[in-house]
Amino acid sequence: MSTPVQVTPTTNVTPVKAAKKKPPKEQSRANWIVRLTLVIVVVAFLIPTIGLFVTSFRPRDDASSTGWWTALFNPFSSQWTMQNYADVIGDGMGNAFVNSIAVTIPATVIPILIAAMAAYAFTFIEFPGRDVIFIVVVGLLVVPNQVAFVPLLQLFGRFDLVGTFPAAWIAHAGFGMPLAIFILRAYMQTLPKAVIESAKIDGASHYQTFWKLILPMSVPALASFAIFQFLWVWNDLLVALIFVGPGENAPITVALRNNLMGQAGAGQNLVTAGGFLSMILPIAVFLVMQRYFVRGLTAGAVKG
Amino acid sequence: MTFKIINALLAIVAGIGVTLAIFWLFNWLVERLPGRSERVLKPWVFVGPAVLLITMILIYPAVRTIILSFFDRSGTEFVGLENYANLATDPAFHTTLINTLLWIIVVPVSAVVLGLLVAILADRLAPRGEKITKSMIFMPMAISMVGASTIWLFIYDWNPPGTDQIGLLNAIVVALGGEPQVWLQIQTLKLNSLLLMVILIWLQVGYAMVLISSAIKGVPEETVEAARIDGANEIQAFFRIIIPQIWGTVVTVFVTVLIGVMKVFDIVYVTTNGLYGTNVIANDFFVTLFQFYDNGRASAIVVILLIAVIPVMIYQVRRFRAEEAMK
Repeated sequence: MSTPVQVTPTTNVTPVKAAKKKPPKEQSRANWIVRLTLVIVVVAFLIPTIGLFVTSFRPRDDASSTGWWTALFNPFSSQWTMQNYADVIGDGMGNAFVNSIAVTIPATVIPILIAAMAAYAFTFIEFPGRDVIFIVVVGLLVVPNQVAFVPLLQLFGRFDLVGTFPAAWIAHAGFGMPLAIFILRAYMQTLPKAVIESAKIDGASHYQTFWKLILPMSVPALASFAIFQFLWVWNDLLVALIFVGPGENAPITVALRNNLMGQAGAGQNLVTAGGFLSMILPIAVFLVMQRYFVRGLTAGAVKG
Repeated sequence: MTFKIINALLAIVAGIGVTLAIFWLFNWLVERLPGRSERVLKPWVFVGPAVLLITMILIYPAVRTIILSFFDRSGTEFVGLENYANLATDPAFHTTLINTLLWIIVVPVSAVVLGLLVAILADRLAPRGEKITKSMIFMPMAISMVGASTIWLFIYDWNPPGTDQIGLLNAIVVALGGEPQVWLQIQTLKLNSLLLMVILIWLQVGYAMVLISSAIKGVPEETVEAARIDGANEIQAFFRIIIPQIWGTVVTVFVTVLIGVMKVFDIVYVTTNGLYGTNVIANDFFVTLFQFYDNGRASAIVVILLIAVIPVMIYQVRRFRAEEAMK
């Protein structure tokens, strides 16, 4: 029986320190000019939103007679109220908020499924016409949605869909499809081919590979696009206005626009409260999911 | 109200459920077919719904719109190039075109320059400070254009002289000794349009900053070090070393913002509705269609927008193919 004999060196060999530079601990290389500039820029960026926020808590008379900064500098001698929010919610904003949710969530989820399936095929299946169709998708990324409105309105009109939620879902699903397919395919191309190959060898069908393997692995990209689409649909005015329209089903952007274009300056505080209400959810979603959002942005741009 | 919420939830479940069911059904059907047919049809089970949606929502309507632009206002009578001729000779449309052009140039350039500035400066901060700074600049991206317009309309607000100003801009002007202005009505030097552009720039700088920041961090430190050793100061290092290496990203950002700017509608619509010489193409389209009910003319306007977008489209497709070839 021959066992490999391990010869351990008797001398202690200290590993040679690698010649490369150890990265220095990240510290600030910023002098005061840089800091000051950044502070100015950040403040300038935040001020508009802060102005809105502060005003939304002021009673109407105060808001239309003195600047909001006076209230900010004298917080204890100014009047604060939640009445604006109460008014605006009772006046239809609450309804609009629910409408926005009813429009946005399906309009986000439906395109993801459809686009994921298509992206899978574009990435992993060879079929005639694949490249041509994908070039069309790339071209469509640039086309403005307005180009479709008139005929779409006629189409939806024929099925009595105008003014309903499904109209917005279908429209947004269609409009978001090119970007969704593009982002998802770009991501799927980076998935390890070896795993898919072994699945195929094991006899998995495309259907199984898609659901059990690819889809779970693509979660980051799915999340990125989901946030994109969520923000896009929630904040959209044009499609909402045209396909769902003002009225019962109006989402929050339309309600906000109604307030804005109806008020003659005297109801500033309602507009501010309404405006802020429309922003809370997207900002919250955004702050929580920032990482995925950024990843989605860079996916289409900085190609590694 | 609760009825509405339940309805909405049902709608969500139904919408998603139906999509899943259709997919499963078609896959099941195709798998029943003999080998060759199955292989040929399988990709279409996957790609089918997407292609169907794209054709139905984007391609077919686009073609219809182009056709409609040659018809009259109700879409029934063929009028040839009349809509285009009318637009070409309409001075208001000339203003619209010029404004749109101005938007297309000013906004992307400003967003890119500002984004670049912030990306570079923030890069020098310690990681935590950098993250916070970037988050603050980035946050407006989550705000709708209507919301942003609400915010900025408030800043541009006007009260009669003598009374307290509630709009920040006028407050500053008055504090410096000037007269409060109705900013959005001032057309000299296109000031009102520029002020509206500020809104879009405010919304887009975060995007530019994020992408450019990624690119800057991707620049190998050695190249900058080498320049410094050769005696370059910060500014030279920046322009000769960093900028060329991030140029690809800068162009990408520029193009993406440009595409968005061409479609800008919400901001102009909600603030001035195109009055006071601020009109842009997308707004003109909306007004022509929904205020004047002129299908033909509105379609022609959109076609013009489409033509303007074609160079960008060709550029994108070319770049895409070049990148695919390198994979």
